[in-house]
Amino acid sequence: MATYGSASTVALRQQYVPAAQRGPITRLLEDERRLAFCLMLPTMVLLALFIAYPFVNGILLAVTDTRVGMPGHFVGLDNFTKIWRDDIFHVAVWNTCLYTFVTTVFKLVLGLWLALLLNRHFRGKAFMRAFILLPFIIPTVLSTFAWKWMFDPTFSVLNWVLFHVGIIQTRINWLGDPVMAMVSVIIVNVWRGVPFYAISLLAGLQTISPELHEAAAIDGARAWNRFRHVTWPLLLPVTLVIVLFSVIQTFADFQLVYVLTGGGPANATQLFATYAYQLGIGTGLLSQGAAISLAIFPILLLVVIVQLIYIRRAETL
Amino acid sequence: MARVAMRGLNKKYDEVHAVIDVNLEIRDQEFVVLVGPSGCGKTTTLRMVAGLESITGGQITIDEKVVNELPPMDRDIAMVFQNYALYPHMTVYDNMAFGLKMRKFARPEINRRVQEAADILGIRELLKRKPRQLSGGQRQRVALGRAIVRHPQVFLFDEPLSNLDAKLRVQMRVELKKLHERLGTTAIYVTHDQVEAMTLGDRVVVMRDGRVQQVGDPMELYNQPANRFVAGFIGSPAMNFVPVRIAAQNGSLWAESESLRIKVPAPIAPRLGPYAGKQATLGVRPEDLRIANGADTKDLSFDVAIEVVERLGSEILLDVAAGPTTMVASVEPNVTAKVHERVALAINPDRMHFFDMQTEDAI
Repeated sequence: MATYGSASTVALRQQYVPAAQRGPITRLLEDERRLAFCLMLPTMVLLALFIAYPFVNGILLAVTDTRVGMPGHFVGLDNFTKIWRDDIFHVAVWNTCLYTFVTTVFKLVLGLWLALLLNRHFRGKAFMRAFILLPFIIPTVLSTFAWKWMFDPTFSVLNWVLFHVGIIQTRINWLGDPVMAMVSVIIVNVWRGVPFYAISLLAGLQTISPELHEAAAIDGARAWNRFRHVTWPLLLPVTLVIVLFSVIQTFADFQLVYVLTGGGPANATQLFATYAYQLGIGTGLLSQGAAISLAIFPILLLVVIVQLIYIRRAETL
Repeated sequence: MARVAMRGLNKKYDEVHAVIDVNLEIRDQEFVVLVGPSGCGKTTTLRMVAGLESITGGQITIDEKVVNELPPMDRDIAMVFQNYALYPHMTVYDNMAFGLKMRKFARPEINRRVQEAADILGIRELLKRKPRQLSGGQRQRVALGRAIVRHPQVFLFDEPLSNLDAKLRVQMRVELKKLHERLGTTAIYVTHDQVEAMTLGDRVVVMRDGRVQQVGDPMELYNQPANRFVAGFIGSPAMNFVPVRIAAQNGSLWAESESLRIKVPAPIAPRLGPYAGKQATLGVRPEDLRIANGADTKDLSFDVAIEVVERLGSEILLDVAAGPTTMVASVEPNVTAKVHERVALAINPDRMHFFDMQTEDAI
């Protein structure tokens, strides 16, 4: 006890050291701007190293004719004009937009439906909420391999079930048919993305006071009207943020398509990211791959700006 | 306008029996207050009337029509919530108009009713604002407005004033009273504040642990509490309780404890007769105690030591000790009693209450 007492006295004394007796570093950090800079430094270093450097390097790469094993020369916007005339690039742009749009709509609708169900009281609620997250937790590559097996033309469990239930007469060539390949890729993306929507929207739903629904019920609003006039408008800001995140992620989606179809058949599921990979790493045309990756940037920027405007408007409702 | 009746009303959750055998007849145009400590079942009862809570047993009727299975919207009621429950994304006008829109009223009629309600409540200039731009009192008015535009048969209030500051609460209380007088709509009002209950209610229902303790008009509850709980709950500061032994001596009854010996007044004596030689609880309100003067008989006064003097302006509260029991006496503001002084207090003989020790019922 005696030592403890004296130690605390020392600590106390240290707190009240007059300014003149403090070390030079302490005095430097007294200035708030310097302190702020020091505190932000780690974040700035990380951002510079892992975001800014690759981004700038990507731009530098895109204006050269670098290939694997050949340091390139400056060629200006040649790569961009090249991909602009590239038919496969056009297909990839269209595919990416279609893929993003369709999956986002399905993920939003299904996620919202699931969130509304999970927001009710029932036995095993906590368990279900955790369970629902599974597709989101499993590494995408793993689950996608499982899906690939389910889509296998010969061993497809989906075909087997559909056939035995009597819905189909002939096997569906899930990944071999251009249209079905896109459908398959969309199904898997929706399956993987719905939990994120459901849990995020559920969090949004739980911020809405149940009293509002009770008030609306007394006011004479039936279930659909309660959703339309109370739940939906109050959930809108959260929804927009979730959609924004999801669109950015889906737009740059890679692993799912890469594992499932590799962009095929005949580029039917080729997306920005898979095409950039195929050209840049697969073929070794590093500079063209970089140019394709960069081409996503203005499109996403536009999407982000538009959505941020909407979010701000929704929040001031 | 409507009558509301509850017959054998029960509500059971998994482990809690929240409302037990509540029987209550509410007359047309009556303002009935349900009051009790938290967890006494008053809000659950109200929510069952509203249709927000299912009924485990018994029956609720509104104008002789059983509403047990009716959804809230078909019961023709309006409810004001504790947290107002205003729709945050709608303007004041839309908040008030929502119920009418849902019921497909014509636009001019909606407009007329909203304007009328806004005039009554003095919120006409707020109609274009959003709830978050309003003060607590203004939100309260909007919540009231949303209820009155509908011209419902019954108003239900769930602690509507508890989120307001003390001064505003008193003001809104008066306005609620006036509003009820003007509209004459049957109202059920839930509160834990006994002052609100006494001032607002035509009749007050005191509840505890899911059961109705007593139903009566405010003065009835104050003057003739049915049991010790009601006696202690109604009135501020609360009634003093002293455990006493009833003793028969010289043809009259005496309430005795270590520190006092009070003669039981003749009008109550017959009822206390069976308790002779037994224990009972003596109840006396602070306002029925006063400093004894020379004219007071020893039979109705006792000595105490003053522990705290609280000067409230209109009255003085004396916290006193009579042996092991502490009591509060409310005395005239001109009394010059000081702390640690010993004085004699006299009891108003007409206003003594006795309660059974076991059942706590009034004797």
